[in-house]
Amino acid sequence: MDLVALGVFALLFIFVTLLGFFAARWRAGDLDQLHEWGLGGRRFGTVVTWFLLGGDLYTAYTFIAVPAAVFGQGAIGLFALPYTILIYPFVFVVMPRLWSVCRTNHYITGADFVRGRYDSHLLALAVAFTGILATMPYIALQLVGIQVVLAAMGVPSEFPLVIAFIILAAYTYFSGLRAPAMIAIVKDIAIYITVIVAIVVIPTRLGGYGAIFAAVPPQRLLLTPGQITAYATLALGSALALFMYPHSITGILSSNSRVAIKRNAALLPAYSFLLGLIGLLGYMGLAAGVQPQAPFGAQWVVPGLFLQMFPSWFIGFAFAAIAIGALVPASIMSIAAANLFTRNIWREYIRPNLTDRDESQVAKLVSLVVKAGALFFIVFLPTQYAINLQLLGGVWIIQILPAVVVGLYTRWLHRTALLIGWAIGMLTGTAMAVSQNFASVYPLQIGGSSIAGYAALYALILNFVVTIVLTWVFNALALPAGADQTAQADYTALARAPS
Amino acid sequence: MQPRDTSTARAWYLLLLLPFIGVLWVPSYNSVEPSWQGIPFFYWYQFLWVLISAVITAFVYVMTREPDVVRLEDPATPLNEDLA
Repeated sequence: MDLVALGVFALLFIFVTLLGFFAARWRAGDLDQLHEWGLGGRRFGTVVTWFLLGGDLYTAYTFIAVPAAVFGQGAIGLFALPYTILIYPFVFVVMPRLWSVCRTNHYITGADFVRGRYDSHLLALAVAFTGILATMPYIALQLVGIQVVLAAMGVPSEFPLVIAFIILAAYTYFSGLRAPAMIAIVKDIAIYITVIVAIVVIPTRLGGYGAIFAAVPPQRLLLTPGQITAYATLALGSALALFMYPHSITGILSSNSRVAIKRNAALLPAYSFLLGLIGLLGYMGLAAGVQPQAPFGAQWVVPGLFLQMFPSWFIGFAFAAIAIGALVPASIMSIAAANLFTRNIWREYIRPNLTDRDESQVAKLVSLVVKAGALFFIVFLPTQYAINLQLLGGVWIIQILPAVVVGLYTRWLHRTALLIGWAIGMLTGTAMAVSQNFASVYPLQIGGSSIAGYAALYALILNFVVTIVLTWVFNALALPAGADQTAQADYTALARAPS
Repeated sequence: MQPRDTSTARAWYLLLLLPFIGVLWVPSYNSVEPSWQGIPFFYWYQFLWVLISAVITAFVYVMTREPDVVRLEDPATPLNEDLA
């Protein structure tokens, strides 16, 4: 065990823990209101939103998995880069509308919006269910990030992982979204420092970028002809899916203005650049001769590379950055899942007369349950289960896009058609991924030729076709479409703080 | 005041399609040459697009700037000023 590394790691960990509990008083609000606990009172400005979304979207698992994919598979593993390029034009156009309609109508979740827009608690249930289902394995995978760095420091047991998660659960319970927002600032700064040091120091020791790329087997340096459509569809599908995840929507709704969201669409690519550089750590691992290590396999590449390249104290710092990078998204994800459960399942179907105080209390408890579930998953089941389910999560979550995104522009799509389209998208997407033994790329047969593409995108296209065709049918049959509770002006409503 | 969600604003939004063309047309950049400082084209080209798309988004933001006013009749919680 490396005591220096462990010491630095522990110090940083204790620091963010204190910050997490202190956060309850930050821009204090009544935490017995769900929008205060679960959305930080919707009062985060441009800078805090930048840290919060950056900390939320670029998770510890990403820092481990993207370099692992590049290390193990080469160019195809870097699809995360075009993926994160395409997110922000989409966010710039679409998310201010979601923010406005949710702000005007006091919606706390994406499913709240769907409920109000389509007057359908079933469609809202589908959206909430999909969100929770896709988020659970994602939280579990954050633990893998912590597991890998703990193992790299020679910590022998799972015990510290359990402690870390109990602490995380406690400050999320007390402080709500303010805790990850505050910790995200520390996390992001630590990650930036780590990556900048890594991309300056490591290439110098390996003989420059030329030498690093020269170490990559030539057949993996570029995409093979068969990988080209896979690369493009993985990038596009992942970009469309990302902001359907509950934790992304929570991040958007917690900001204080449309302007904050739009500015962030231009400022968040800084993280994408960082992510691309992190991906290249996979090639640096190849050049440095890092060997995959059981039980982590290629996921060992970043910890293995750092162990080889850095002094103990910096290893402690870098690993703490990764571990804290797991806590922030895990906290936001559990809050987002709790908001969905409370608003769109508990309040809708079980206790319609919930007071504001009860609503907030239920959400706090659910956030604990969600995290306990994730911990159980990682400690008692093989990690591969969580990886497979998280992969399916992307296939699932994109299926709510017709209801949420198209719904922001037009109410033409029929609510029942959306529900059936969603169900078919979920089933075919799952079937495609499972048939490939839990790979996200599916070889679609069209007219004798096979086109390899992201199963989520194929399933989304089918979802859209079914929804559109059935909308024609249901409108022709004059099936009741329900009453829209939102007004045209809600979607562009502006808000700024009183000065 | 209405935000400028008008046809002029929408025309600027079309610029946001450029990143999609730039990175989804994969065969156009799936090559080693022209390499730069030992970095194959495939890699530096995509890093360059991170910067280009950020600049495009910032440009569209400036060109479609919205008036910064409160129009919410019933802000349940008064929003604090943008402290950040």
